[in-house]
Amino acid sequence: MDTTDRKDSVAKIKEAHRLLKRYEYTPQKIQRGYTNKTLYINISDNTIKSKDVPEEIKDKFTGGKGLGLWYLWNSVTKDTKWDDPENEIIISPGPVGGITQYPGAGKSLVVSLSPTTGSVMDSNVGGHFGPLMKFSGWDALEIQGKAKEDIIIYIDGNKGIVEIYEVPIGPVNSHILAEEVTEFFAESEEEKRNISVISAGEAAEHTLFGVLNFSFYDRRKKVQRLKQAGRGGIGTVFRNKKIKAIAVKYNGVKGDSNNPADIDTIRKLGLKLHKEIKEHDKDQCRMREIGTAHLVEIMDDYDLLPVHNFKYGSHEEAYKIDSKVLAKKVVQGSPDGCWHGCSMSCAKAVQDYELKTGPYKGHKVVVDGPEYETVAGVGSNCGIFDPDYIIECNFYCDTYGIDTISFGTTMAFLMECYENNILNKEITGGIELNFGNKDAAMEVLHQMAKGTGFGKIAGLGVRRIKNLLIEKYGADPKFLNDIGMEVKGLEYSQYVSKESLAQQGGYALANKGPQHDEAWLIFMDMVNNQIPTFEDKAEALHYFPIFRTWFGLNGLCKLPWNDIEPPDNHLTDEPAKVPEHVENYVQLFNSVTGKNIDKEEMILQSERVYNFQRVFNLKMGFGTREHDIPPYRSMGPVTEEEYLSRQERYDKQLKELVGVNPEKMSTAEKIEALREYKYKQYDKLVDAVYKRRGWNKNGIPTVELMKKLGMDFPEVIKLIEEHSSE
Amino acid sequence: MIRVNQRDMDFREGMTVKNLLEDLKYSFPNLIVRINGEYIPRESYEKTVIKDNDDISIIHPIAGG
Repeated sequence: MDTTDRKDSVAKIKEAHRLLKRYEYTPQKIQRGYTNKTLYINISDNTIKSKDVPEEIKDKFTGGKGLGLWYLWNSVTKDTKWDDPENEIIISPGPVGGITQYPGAGKSLVVSLSPTTGSVMDSNVGGHFGPLMKFSGWDALEIQGKAKEDIIIYIDGNKGIVEIYEVPIGPVNSHILAEEVTEFFAESEEEKRNISVISAGEAAEHTLFGVLNFSFYDRRKKVQRLKQAGRGGIGTVFRNKKIKAIAVKYNGVKGDSNNPADIDTIRKLGLKLHKEIKEHDKDQCRMREIGTAHLVEIMDDYDLLPVHNFKYGSHEEAYKIDSKVLAKKVVQGSPDGCWHGCSMSCAKAVQDYELKTGPYKGHKVVVDGPEYETVAGVGSNCGIFDPDYIIECNFYCDTYGIDTISFGTTMAFLMECYENNILNKEITGGIELNFGNKDAAMEVLHQMAKGTGFGKIAGLGVRRIKNLLIEKYGADPKFLNDIGMEVKGLEYSQYVSKESLAQQGGYALANKGPQHDEAWLIFMDMVNNQIPTFEDKAEALHYFPIFRTWFGLNGLCKLPWNDIEPPDNHLTDEPAKVPEHVENYVQLFNSVTGKNIDKEEMILQSERVYNFQRVFNLKMGFGTREHDIPPYRSMGPVTEEEYLSRQERYDKQLKELVGVNPEKMSTAEKIEALREYKYKQYDKLVDAVYKRRGWNKNGIPTVELMKKLGMDFPEVIKLIEEHSSE
Repeated sequence: MIRVNQRDMDFREGMTVKNLLEDLKYSFPNLIVRINGEYIPRESYEKTVIKDNDDISIIHPIAGG
């Protein structure tokens, strides 16, 4: 869409829109990272009000995801479903979020009940919305209810105005909508940089794994770039509530906007890390050059890159989509961060990409990414090794509002079903869904956006498709449960975990489902062999998920923690923890809030929220051992071709670990023996992890633990006691 | 025989740290290599020859994702 068309479209929207509610407020001055106010909006009756954030709640939940969980807990009952009006979407950046001196400090955390899991979901996202919202006077935005017609919510942080508009016309897809909403609220070209927009495209209406796109204005490219809160379908909740967009405008971001207690220390910490990144990133992870996509060839080398629905960990054509190829596609040569001051600058964009398919065929667009997860998910895992397809698929997933991880894992599952005659052309509507068929995958994606054809089935996600194929088409439940890569209803992210017991736990024990942002232990376990015993693995599965929770409480990005390392990190006792950077975070928190935590208290802050989230799962009918079991594909070879592809490795495991002689066994017998062994190992791991975390054998945090953590709310204790006596 | 991360591996006369990393396909850019406890800097991988019975640790200092 050119500028003239956009201005015409915006003019029509201006004519058609209707103000439903205006609320005026005096923006709170930020005090050491907190505004101490939450903006509550009920879009059923257009209630808008300010809520205090009590000290006690800050002490227990810190901010970000913690605040989101607390608000949601108080809004839903055990019977609330994701599409009930009571369900909320809560957005909060956390106290450190919004500083500009230290890399990776612009994250927003989004919490809601998930359409795919039915339980509580959290997702983190870059872009400018969270910090601009905080500088507008709000620690969190809490949205409840359901609108009757499409609405846009607008926050003007300088004027102190919140407005709800009914907007019956105009585009839904994010790459156009974000531009038009920006145009709508910007009073000048210069002002566009002060606006951030949240949106979800039309596929978020028709699938269960819709994303939220959070924008940041790119002054050089003169375009709103999009970052995704991707996991668990919060975009689907957003569109189900008939929210078209949420926009914030705030003019005046400065280095001290977060009003920290000790800005000099923050500056010093930031300068030290900027220097580290400048000097060492090019020899370490090349985040500035290509971002997370640097992992493609590394994962392929270590047999960890998912291929053909996680059957294999490498492929001879992986070089066609590796970072060297992608680096030539993305715009190079200048820092590209999703929040001010982030010198890690891992955001990347392909500029002037001419679309080959779909409703925008022939349009030249800016495509953010692709990230590693997208390359592996929509690419190798589906047997597609075409970088242009990956870019095109990345674009359409984003603008339609679809999670590239869930899309990739679901599509790979469907392809395996098709190749095993569980799906056929009659069910797919004539689409030949073989591995590697990029045209077929793209067609299904466009169908998802429209909610038509086979796209309606594909958009249900792996768990519901499994049930459908079993119930309606008589598919073998054992096979589908083995190859369907989901736990708790959430699709796996893109790492092969077969050779790492700790990572099998890292995925299947994660509170929200198998996303690697809790624990990524494959190298520590499989390669380094640093955590050989169950107790070692349990310790890692205690520390890392808890530690990583902390980023989400504070509006921080995980990448500057360990995708850049001090040159003397190898001299430390625990290099995997990157102790110097942990110490940076302790000081950063203290320098913003004026508090005086140490690294033990830092872990306690996370432990409180982590265990609260586990109990929240319990409240929603999950959160027990039976919901922590992985599909066998994540643990070992399901099929004979899979076994035979790495026969030497598996035969050796049978001999050395299981203690049987594989020479006289059929492949089917070998698979069964290995499977029995691996599930027994997994059971032992779960026992060890639950024990280390202070949970009972059914995976429920004990009353003693919740009391110790100060999270002994009456409803929490009652819930634990009820379930512990069962 | 050599030990790499507490696992046995065949020894090859004249093999260097660089050769070993190539054999293992250890392409992660930020490794911590120690031979019998002694840290080997990256610039020495090519010239450092491994001896029979060496105990080698190759740590990938990443627990992220």
